[in-house]
Amino acid sequence: MSDGSLLTAKFEDDRLVLAGGGSWTAAHAAELESLVDGVSRDATRARSVSIDMRGVREFDTFGAWLLERLARQWSAAGGASIVGLPEHDRHLLDEMSGVNREAAPAEAGGYWLLTALAAIGRGTTGVGRDLLGFANMFGAVGVAAVRLLTRPRDFRFTSAVHQLDRVCWQAVPIILLITFLIGGIIAQQGIFHFRKFGAELYAVDLVAILILREVGVLIVAIMVAGRSGSSYTAELGSMMMREEVDALRTMGFDPVEVLILPRVLVLIIALPVLTFLGSMAALYGGGLVAFLYGGMSPDIYIARLEDAISLTHFKVGMIKAPFMGLVIGLVACTEGLLVKGSAESLGLQTTASVVKSIFLVIVLDGMFAVFFASIGM
Amino acid sequence: MREQSKPVISIRDLVVGFGEATVLDHLSLDVRAGEIMGVVGASGSGKSVLLRTIIGLLPKREGTIEVLGVDLDRASEDERRALERRWGVLFQQGALFSSLTVRQNVQFPMRENLELSSRLLDEMALAKLEMVGLTAADANKFPSELSGGMTKRAALARALALDPEIVFLDEPTSGLDPISAGDFDALIKTLQRTLGLTVFMVTHDLESLYTVCDRIAALADGRIVAVGPMSTMLECEHPWVRTYFQGKRGGMLTDRIGQLVTEAP
Repeated sequence: MSDGSLLTAKFEDDRLVLAGGGSWTAAHAAELESLVDGVSRDATRARSVSIDMRGVREFDTFGAWLLERLARQWSAAGGASIVGLPEHDRHLLDEMSGVNREAAPAEAGGYWLLTALAAIGRGTTGVGRDLLGFANMFGAVGVAAVRLLTRPRDFRFTSAVHQLDRVCWQAVPIILLITFLIGGIIAQQGIFHFRKFGAELYAVDLVAILILREVGVLIVAIMVAGRSGSSYTAELGSMMMREEVDALRTMGFDPVEVLILPRVLVLIIALPVLTFLGSMAALYGGGLVAFLYGGMSPDIYIARLEDAISLTHFKVGMIKAPFMGLVIGLVACTEGLLVKGSAESLGLQTTASVVKSIFLVIVLDGMFAVFFASIGM
Repeated sequence: MREQSKPVISIRDLVVGFGEATVLDHLSLDVRAGEIMGVVGASGSGKSVLLRTIIGLLPKREGTIEVLGVDLDRASEDERRALERRWGVLFQQGALFSSLTVRQNVQFPMRENLELSSRLLDEMALAKLEMVGLTAADANKFPSELSGGMTKRAALARALALDPEIVFLDEPTSGLDPISAGDFDALIKTLQRTLGLTVFMVTHDLESLYTVCDRIAALADGRIVAVGPMSTMLECEHPWVRTYFQGKRGGMLTDRIGQLVTEAP
């Protein structure tokens, strides 16, 4: 029993005699592999080989494979004779003899320049495909909406109310808190900088116009994209993974009508509501800061508000809100339906959903700014 | 390594429950080295709970579980980890990591536990995959591209990655067509012989029980009501066991196999 060494080699004329020992198991596989490779390199001049396995106490698939690899070196020259292997270990070795005969297919590689160019190309077509996907979803939702108009009883009222609870009602506290803080911060900055010109009163104009026209709706849209858009994508995505969407389709339901239309409609309703509440909270926050930090009495603040804002400013913000809801809903649902079988894909699409919907919300806001400027609102 | 005397898994007075409900009630069971133990029971009788408790995924209320001579309660963190390398688990849905290819799935336990060259890692992964009947072409596929049977095979290859002494199988043939299920049973039997495995298998499949299991444990009312080879099951008086093995579906097979069982010594 050669306990110390896993594999010993010696030459008898042109015959190589190998003796195995110890544990030929997974735990010793690395050590054994280097020994096997060493023997294979040194022993190319041997005509025939015999491997004595009597000293081996433990033997598993790792050992069996390495023995097989060693024996294959001489398979052309009549093969290696293996002696002293117990019966059940012999079975294991037989199992290994068919293994790894064909080369594994190489994984695709290439020149880095080509890969980089290919990535740019794929990215560009990806943008086009995304836009096409959103347009497709917009169309499908539109068709489903028109179809529902003809038979309004089929509208998923319960589902819509449930979604409204999650997307709108449950979002109220966090939206109020964040817009309240943003309103306060804008007021503080306005008062601080306008004070230099003695124009503290105009900080109220700043707060009111900025909040009502732009910031209120943007903050709310970004919050909703992160909060509800991501959950739509994850929900629909995991339904895709578990074939629930396919199940719906085979039962004769249109997934767009059942799953997507209520969600998108709910967002279209929720965003104006949340925008209104958020704007009020921001104005309140601005007023509080103006009182505590700027020393402006609430009466003056409200009087100034009345002068500064008109219904137009309010309308500009509120008109934008449902469109932003529509964009968030469409992006979230499109991305959700793109989820493939893996957990990784779910994560990727959820990230993509939030990033794309925030980006599109800001682009849309820019387009609205141009539009309102040109019609003089 | 292959002594017959001491049970490989020894469960004593195991109690497991969730909230008010008690699922396993003072259950005791021994699994001997080198045997294929099949656990049967009605849906919801706690078969999977038993398996998950043994491998430490569910907490138990009372009782002791000893696996390979190690008491799971007294084992330190390191002992536990060492023990976990000596068993492999095949989950019902395969539980392959969806972001890794089949090859990487099989290599995962090897890579984490052994210091192997990448050549040997690749060769061993392919060897394991070929042992379970997959080809080199399947190795680079992702789990979502596999059929149900291939997923089970790939998951079995991963369970066998470190040459475990015990393999736990949770409903290995569920969701497979009868031919694939039969092939899978044969595969388990072959691997068990060549690798000298102890197999602990939870199943619903009467065919598997007849063809591969050395002993069967019937689980009902939270405890083991009968243990033994097929002949013991057929003679058992417990109402659920009677219905299961003598019922409409069981009966057909029983007639066929019953003869085989009585012929065998």
